[in-house]
Amino acid sequence: MAKAKLMDFDKALELFEPVLGFEVHVELNTKTKMFSSAPNEFGGEPNSNVTPVCLGLPGSLPVVNEQAVRYSISLGLALGCSIAPSSRFARKNYFYPDLAKNYQISQFDEPIAFEGKVDVELSDGRIVSVDIERAHMEEDAGKLTHIGGATGRIQGAEYSLVDYNRAGVPLVEIVTKVIYGAEADAPELAKAYVATIRDIVVALGISDARMERGNLRCDANVSLRPRGQEKLGTRTETKNVNSLRSVERAVRYEIQRQAQILSEGGTIIQETRHWHEDTGATSAGRPKSDADDYRYFPEPDLLPVEPSAELIAELRAALPEQPAERKRRLKAEWGFTDLEFQDVVNSGLLSELVATVSAGASPQAARKWWTGEIARIANAADREPTELITGAQVAEVQLLVDEGVLNDRMARQVLEAVIAGEGTAREIVDAKGLAVVSDDGALIAAIDQALAAQPDVLEKIREGKVQAAGAVIGAVMQAMQGKADAARVRELVLERAQA
Amino acid sequence: MTDLTRHTAAELAAQLADGSTTSVAVTQAHLDRIAAVDGTIHAFLHVNPELSLAAAAASDARRAAGKPLSDLDGVPLAIKDVLVTTDMPSTSGSKILEGWMSPYDATVVTRAREAGLVPLGKTNMDEFAMGSSTEHSAYGPTRNPWDIDRIPGGSGGGSAAAVAAFEAPFALGSDTGGSIRQPAHITGTVGMKPTYGSVSRYGAIALASSLDQVGPCSRTVLDAALLHDVIGGYDRHDSTSLKDAWPSFAEAARAGAQPGSLKGLKVGVVGQYSGEAFQAGVMTRFRESLEMLAAAGAEIVDVSLPSVEYAVAAYYLILPAEASSNLAKFDSVRFGMRATLTGGGTVEQVMSATREAGFGPEVKRRIILGTYALSAGYYDAYYGSAQKVRTLIQRDFDHAFASVDVLATPTAPTTAWKLGEKLDDPLAMYAQDIATIPANLAGIPGISIPSGIAPEDGLPVGIQFLAPARHDAKLYSVAAGLEALLHAQWGGPLNSQAPDFDTSSRTQSTRGGA
Repeated sequence: MAKAKLMDFDKALELFEPVLGFEVHVELNTKTKMFSSAPNEFGGEPNSNVTPVCLGLPGSLPVVNEQAVRYSISLGLALGCSIAPSSRFARKNYFYPDLAKNYQISQFDEPIAFEGKVDVELSDGRIVSVDIERAHMEEDAGKLTHIGGATGRIQGAEYSLVDYNRAGVPLVEIVTKVIYGAEADAPELAKAYVATIRDIVVALGISDARMERGNLRCDANVSLRPRGQEKLGTRTETKNVNSLRSVERAVRYEIQRQAQILSEGGTIIQETRHWHEDTGATSAGRPKSDADDYRYFPEPDLLPVEPSAELIAELRAALPEQPAERKRRLKAEWGFTDLEFQDVVNSGLLSELVATVSAGASPQAARKWWTGEIARIANAADREPTELITGAQVAEVQLLVDEGVLNDRMARQVLEAVIAGEGTAREIVDAKGLAVVSDDGALIAAIDQALAAQPDVLEKIREGKVQAAGAVIGAVMQAMQGKADAARVRELVLERAQA
Repeated sequence: MTDLTRHTAAELAAQLADGSTTSVAVTQAHLDRIAAVDGTIHAFLHVNPELSLAAAAASDARRAAGKPLSDLDGVPLAIKDVLVTTDMPSTSGSKILEGWMSPYDATVVTRAREAGLVPLGKTNMDEFAMGSSTEHSAYGPTRNPWDIDRIPGGSGGGSAAAVAAFEAPFALGSDTGGSIRQPAHITGTVGMKPTYGSVSRYGAIALASSLDQVGPCSRTVLDAALLHDVIGGYDRHDSTSLKDAWPSFAEAARAGAQPGSLKGLKVGVVGQYSGEAFQAGVMTRFRESLEMLAAAGAEIVDVSLPSVEYAVAAYYLILPAEASSNLAKFDSVRFGMRATLTGGGTVEQVMSATREAGFGPEVKRRIILGTYALSAGYYDAYYGSAQKVRTLIQRDFDHAFASVDVLATPTAPTTAWKLGEKLDDPLAMYAQDIATIPANLAGIPGISIPSGIAPEDGLPVGIQFLAPARHDAKLYSVAAGLEALLHAQWGGPLNSQAPDFDTSSRTQSTRGGA
């Protein structure tokens, strides 16, 4: 896909004010789907997690998942929203093969949560307040796979396959109000906003929030208006943005693309655009006019959702702490320096650290893994660290280090194998015979062999040149194929010199 | 030998209980009757004698073991094709579902099976229950057993005609604007639309979700009540299902049939349901029934429902709006018919061609009407206004029921008309529902029972009673009270007076299903 001509970002900001808006879809991790008893599980044989309701079979009827309602209320409260004492589902009518009933059950004019506010922290510590217009419940559609044709898109495909396992998965759609004044921070704000939503839903435990799996999806609305103009420009809605990094890049790209077109006297088409991670560009989707007619009407198969004041109070009392408060607490608990902590926050790895620490690793060890080795591997693979490995998996590797089973080098090797999906850390250690040789007898035999080859070493050590031990340690490590604890080898060599 | 098909479900249950007959014998008798007359009547779209007889034999075995599932175990039942069944095709009278087998049973079907009832087959209906004559079935019309050149009412003409022609003792129907009650009126049978939410809609192929209600069709009030007892009650699969504990409707019917039960009953007669639109014979029998009620000690008072004037108009906005959305799922992607296009075609082209070929003209008319009524810019004027009328009608009923126990109306304005007579005049067809629609709009129960034969054409007419929501038992009691008086006058149910029809005249039809 050819990249459009882009204006330099700083130049674009000089000429135009970026105006933003976000729609974030959060898939809830309830046991069953929004309106049916089918399991809400990622993966699985196509069309295995379905009931007559998810397939829209004749005669089938939806039943609201109470857990999804509770989760939605909790999310609404965490977003600072008011919770409607009575909200209603509505049918959004349009024909598409991934939509089993050819209407989506959503909420229209009566959402469950409305009028909220989220504080978003930028990398330099500034707080930006984003106003939330509403958060409403709806069901996800199925998944289409287009077969044949070059692009994997519907155009040019020979046929398409549809998997309804995702059809009916509970979603909450969070819609912001129009965001003005982000200026040059717009791309970063976009990323930080989505990261904040992610932190909130993870803290609430209501979503797996894995962007690469589509648990959390962001549609980014971007428009530009010339400096000094009051009227808003035409917006585009970029979809398919499935990582935090992509959110930032996509917003930056749209600002630069739109600025170039506008400065050439062109017009922006109101449309959806698709983000392509590989090319780092967006491409045109379908035109989207404000006059799209979904023929919404109240869903007659469902009663209004009327949560009691007691339930709302109960869920409010159970809310986890706010993200900013949580950060203050974690920094203190972990004893990180400002720099160390900011590094973790800016990498979007706070929740991963929490998971790693709660699985038994020390905060410093957890930090080193995530901001060091894992970040390096992710960067090399052009992926997000969170896509590669979980906190519990990292902690398992670290615990093997703490137990003395692995040395640092071996631990890195095991981590890579875990990331490659070769099994759990312990399985890999067993399979590869990677454990450190802790039998002093075997080490001493290797040391004796090394000393025999370098007879002057012991003398040098005795003369006070302790660094001379390095040559022996190196030889021993080589002889042991790296499976020795270097610190122990050193101890043994020094003991021998004093003998 | 007595003809087992002439007995009511209650009588058959008693004979099964005392061992004087078996379910296999009863079922076979009805299958024989179907084989003899249904080529003419065409009440059934699908019959599977083997399946029915196997169910009957299983029932007999249970009874022999002393473990009948219910008092009705072994009694045969006809099922409207709008209800999905795992062992028989479910088409809702439409080509687009020809031969479709549901992987699940409708809740009412499950409950009927759990009570040991023996399914005889699936009955004909207007396509997706859109119509008042059963002429809109994609599989050809059903004929009225009283005069085979006439319509049996609709949409549930198949269930009503099956019961009227002694092909089944009772049947399941669905009523969105009168589809149980109007065919009952037209065929001289009993039809009950329960309170909205009192019978599960799960597995009833939706026409208009906020109006649809499943209910019983039979030749007597008691039989309707017995069937309602089986199918009614809360169902967690239907969110609009009521959690109420319901009294026994059969007990209510039995109590209502006792002398003196009508004493002190306040019956409101709705002023709006009289006048030119109503056939003379319909009104004559209606007034006679009121006199009979009065003679039995009921107090007859005039009431007004000023907003029912707008009921038909509101109904024909709400129904098509909901139907246009409910019927969107018939797109060839997951089930049912799929049009084959030369060169394959895009998914949109295949969907469009399937819907063009699979839906009949009345269905298309209502989908277009509903799509328009829900469109941006028209919603408030059409769907929105219709919902306001609905509220006004509910208030009218609340007001009326503050001073009376039940309301009485003629069930429909005319007796059965000739096949084809109103096919080109949809508005005339829609006007047939004038007295039945308000109950659906208000969610209240309504029952139609035969009130006699119109002198001018010899065809049956019905009287409708309406009660406040949740007072279904009251309707069974009142209807059984009047029925007892009428049966005493007639010497038995009205249908025993029906003339024999000529079974040599075969109905032109395409058979639905396998």
